[in-house]
Amino acid sequence: MVQFSDEKLKKVNEIVGRYPEGKQKSALLPVLHLAQEEFGGWLSVETMDYVATLLKLEPIEVYEVATFYSMYNLKPVGRYMFEVCQTGPCMLRGSDDIIDYIKKKLGIGVGETTPDGLFTLKTVECLGACGYAPMMQLGKHFREHLTPEKVDQIIEECRRTAAANN
Amino acid sequence: MPTIYIDSKPYEALAGKNLLETCLGLGIDLPYFCWHPALGSVGACRQCAVKVFKDAQDGTGRLVMSCMEMVKEGMRASVSDKDAVAFRAQVIEWLMTNHPHDCPVCDEGGSCHLQDMTVMTGHDYRRFRYKKRTYENQNLGPFLHHEMNRCIQCYRCVRFYHDYAGGKDLGVFAAHNHVYFGRETSGILESPFSGNLVEVCPTGVFTDKLLKEHYTRKWDLASAPSICQHCSLGCNIFTGERYGRLRQITNRYNSEVNGYFLCDKGRFGYAFVNDVNRVTRPLLRNQTIEAVDEAPLMKTLREMLSGEELIGIGSPRASIESNFSLIQLVGRDNFYQGLPEYPAYLSGKVAELVQSGALYVPSLKEIEASDAVLVLGEDIWNTAPVMALAVRQAVVRTAAAQAGKQSGLPAWHDLAVKEATQEKKGFLANLTVCPSPLDEEAAFSLRRAPDTIARLGFAIAHAIDPSLPSLPDISTAMRSIVNSIAGALRSAQHPVIISGVSCYNEGLIKAACTIAAALHTIGLRAGVAYVLPECNSMGLALLHAPSFDNATARVLSKPGVTAIILEADIYRTVAEKEADAFFDACKHIIVLDSMHNRTTQKAHALLPAAAFAETDGTIINYEARAQQYFQVLAPQQDIRASWKWLGKLKGLRAAAGNGQQVHPDEILQQLEQALPAFKGISRVAPSPDFRVHGQPIPRDPQRYSGRTAILANLTVSEPRPPQDTDSPLAFSMEGYPGIPPPALIPFYWAPGWNSNQSVSKYQQEPGGALRDGDPGVLLSGQAVLRLTGEEKPTAPPLFMDIPEAFEAREDRWLLLPQVHLFGSDELSSYTPGIRRLAPQPYIGLGEADATALGVIEGDDIFVWLEGKACSFPLAIRKGLCPGITLLPMGIPGIPVPQWGSWVKITLSEDAEEIRCPSKIF
Ligand code: SF4
Ligand code: SF4
Ligand code: FES
Ligand code: FES
Repeated sequence: MVQFSDEKLKKVNEIVGRYPEGKQKSALLPVLHLAQEEFGGWLSVETMDYVATLLKLEPIEVYEVATFYSMYNLKPVGRYMFEVCQTGPCMLRGSDDIIDYIKKKLGIGVGETTPDGLFTLKTVECLGACGYAPMMQLGKHFREHLTPEKVDQIIEECRRTAAANN
Repeated sequence: MPTIYIDSKPYEALAGKNLLETCLGLGIDLPYFCWHPALGSVGACRQCAVKVFKDAQDGTGRLVMSCMEMVKEGMRASVSDKDAVAFRAQVIEWLMTNHPHDCPVCDEGGSCHLQDMTVMTGHDYRRFRYKKRTYENQNLGPFLHHEMNRCIQCYRCVRFYHDYAGGKDLGVFAAHNHVYFGRETSGILESPFSGNLVEVCPTGVFTDKLLKEHYTRKWDLASAPSICQHCSLGCNIFTGERYGRLRQITNRYNSEVNGYFLCDKGRFGYAFVNDVNRVTRPLLRNQTIEAVDEAPLMKTLREMLSGEELIGIGSPRASIESNFSLIQLVGRDNFYQGLPEYPAYLSGKVAELVQSGALYVPSLKEIEASDAVLVLGEDIWNTAPVMALAVRQAVVRTAAAQAGKQSGLPAWHDLAVKEATQEKKGFLANLTVCPSPLDEEAAFSLRRAPDTIARLGFAIAHAIDPSLPSLPDISTAMRSIVNSIAGALRSAQHPVIISGVSCYNEGLIKAACTIAAALHTIGLRAGVAYVLPECNSMGLALLHAPSFDNATARVLSKPGVTAIILEADIYRTVAEKEADAFFDACKHIIVLDSMHNRTTQKAHALLPAAAFAETDGTIINYEARAQQYFQVLAPQQDIRASWKWLGKLKGLRAAAGNGQQVHPDEILQQLEQALPAFKGISRVAPSPDFRVHGQPIPRDPQRYSGRTAILANLTVSEPRPPQDTDSPLAFSMEGYPGIPPPALIPFYWAPGWNSNQSVSKYQQEPGGALRDGDPGVLLSGQAVLRLTGEEKPTAPPLFMDIPEAFEAREDRWLLLPQVHLFGSDELSSYTPGIRRLAPQPYIGLGEADATALGVIEGDDIFVWLEGKACSFPLAIRKGLCPGITLLPMGIPGIPVPQWGSWVKITLSEDAEEIRCPSKIF
């Protein structure tokens, strides 16, 4: 069952408390982020329904919002998510090739996850780091000036961390 | 009136309107998608761009969205400016990049706003050559087909379904070019107004599933103006025919009545017309169908009629022409209603109040504009759906518009007004027996027994006018609610009180009127609307005929009577025993009806009556508004309008010979001469000999195809089309091609405007009255009331007879009907989709009673009707007050009980009577 810990519930209440009485819908985005972090990096229907009950919304209102934003994952994702920028500047600097390279290397398409559950490939729009194109976001960090070799290194690094943490 | 300049030409315009509606009102074509006259502007689609200029010297101007631009004195705009033209062309090209271009297989084709706008904008060549996005569609239930690929993201569907109608299960998902309009998963759309999506969506995303079963393009449909037959509101509709079958019902705009919207029962409830259960040939008891030719039929009928004493039973679902023809045949003293004493009395009471003109009965449009609504008892969501929609607008939009006005915003500025309003709402108090979706919008919603609600009504009247009797025994909590409601009504400008007869309670009717009387003393004219059960209940009630009980007493006391039953299944309104007693006592029974039913089984002679789509007739709605519907189908076989049959019978009775054929307008003239209550009714529509430039009004559009081939399988010569001598409409594409008088408009169409959005060409201004005024006439008191106007409003009558407070009884439950939007109405239930949404029989009890009886939802329990135990599953009705039980009305399998009586409920068939332990506080 999906259920926030007491500590996270306190956080939810704090977020809701930022908005006037009866406007708890305004807390939806941050609460969804919290839920995504908490429940496996993605939002299942169960998770969204739980958020709906917490905020006293109709489930459909939560789905509408969650499907709108690309940063909410509606399918299970790997432990490492490669969010490769594909907007103009990055594209001119070869983001297409990088995406193709990752696809081939990991054997997955855009939006897919490797069978070992480690990697998910996603394409995104400009992340405001055009000066370092082509680039991607991995977790909370930017990886810049991407080349096939750099991608190899990043993948290797992820596998190592994963192995160490298991 | 400000003068504005469009493409340098001066026009008079209305201040405060937006430029788009102004252009459309002036007859200037301008494409648009997201704007809708009933939904306002959001400026989302960018299709309505025009240029506006600072002044006469400004040659550059700037592009604006005309739907978001307020008309101002001296405004200069250009529709034909080349930047604006190019901008609009680009917008539509973008919108069309993902559109599947599947018009040939799309049901919207030929009546599609997107097609019209694409042509208007001049986008005719597709440059986009990439993959289009595609979607999975959903199964949305029996009424609507879903085809998301055709969507152009105008957002009108959710703005209607969610914002306007309050539906919760249609949303918009995702972003960019994968925006999705639908439910969270496949499933039946919950809102009973979902059918309007067919017309609200400018493309073929939402289309009519019933039409799909017998699809015909709009240009191939013969159409006629008609009136919905399924409740007492009288929404205006178009009926569409091809190959002798009724194929579609769409909204016919009437600014005073239904505006742009219908309910799903009205839109989809027409399948009975095409049903196999139709009576198509006259039948005589104990004779084969083949044997009943004209001659033996007439002979038998003459025998039945000659010399015998005749009585007639009128019908609330037959036209006033048919009812009055029956009166003419049998005589006024021999004319009865097919209703038991009490409901007949209640409708009569309502008719009396409405007819007297002492009460102001508001139209649906006036209800929509009300700033405080009080519902006393009536479950309008189920008994008068479009009125519930109007009440919702009164609460959500009218109040919103007022809030908007304070911040200087025009009402059409949808999003801004919503921002300004926030949670502010107009006032609604919904005091009913059972919960209703309207409660959500209500400041107060209370669940009480009808008597208790009536008492609250009287208490409200007292709180407004302290000289009226007070109710000392009301609790303090209740008193504060009463005072709040009274306060809201007092401080409103247009208070409206709604009640009706479905609770079988006279106190409610009187209380509503008394509140209006109290408001009158402080100089406020309140509107009072009483909902009646059937489409012509008001018409029948205005005839003030005695009840069925009287008819039964009469035939029992004096055998040898011939009874003529007009278009009503007596077994649906009268308990079986009583109906049997009546029929057994009659010597001859002549029944006129369109469907076979239990009453037609009793007939000695059964005459096939035309359904509403096969004849012309006038029905009278809850406001005493008479409205005429016109035939669209030529009746098959021996089917004839009831008033025609009755005319024939009159002839048989009068002397030898067949009697003279009369026109419906002659019947109406005779009616208004005979009964002053119907004064004005003959003006309801132009008479049959009306012509424009010598030409009739064609039912077929000019592009109607296959005229010469349509019957080729039967005959190779082109037969003469049926001749319509009863109305100015013709079964033809030949005739006056322009805009006919409002009552005769057979469909909306204008050059370049094939979809129903062409209605703006028929209106004085978008969203306003039709040119030459909306069709229909208000009768007697209501007409007079409007003529004398505000100056001298009469005082509504006061009633002092406050009912006793409801008390649950020890061993009996008060039996009330639960009307269901889908299922309770006889004729609409022939539509399979409506049957599917109708409930199964149940016995409804409140939570407390269920607990006390120790039963849970779904348990079979027994209700004793007419001395017999009938078992149905228990349905727990939230909030239903202890001591009341509900049975769904009109659902097959439940014997017709005496509503409003006290019945026994037991847990088993032979159980001793069990006591009702819970007592009302
Ligand atoms: S489904 Fe129809 S109404 Fe809704 S956004 Fe798409 S085109 Fe507009
Ligand atoms: S509200 Fe009544 S009159 Fe109007 S469409 Fe529905 S059933 Fe027909
Ligand atoms: S285009 Fe890739 S970061 Fe801006
Ligand atoms: S109609 Fe004006 S922007 Fe859509």
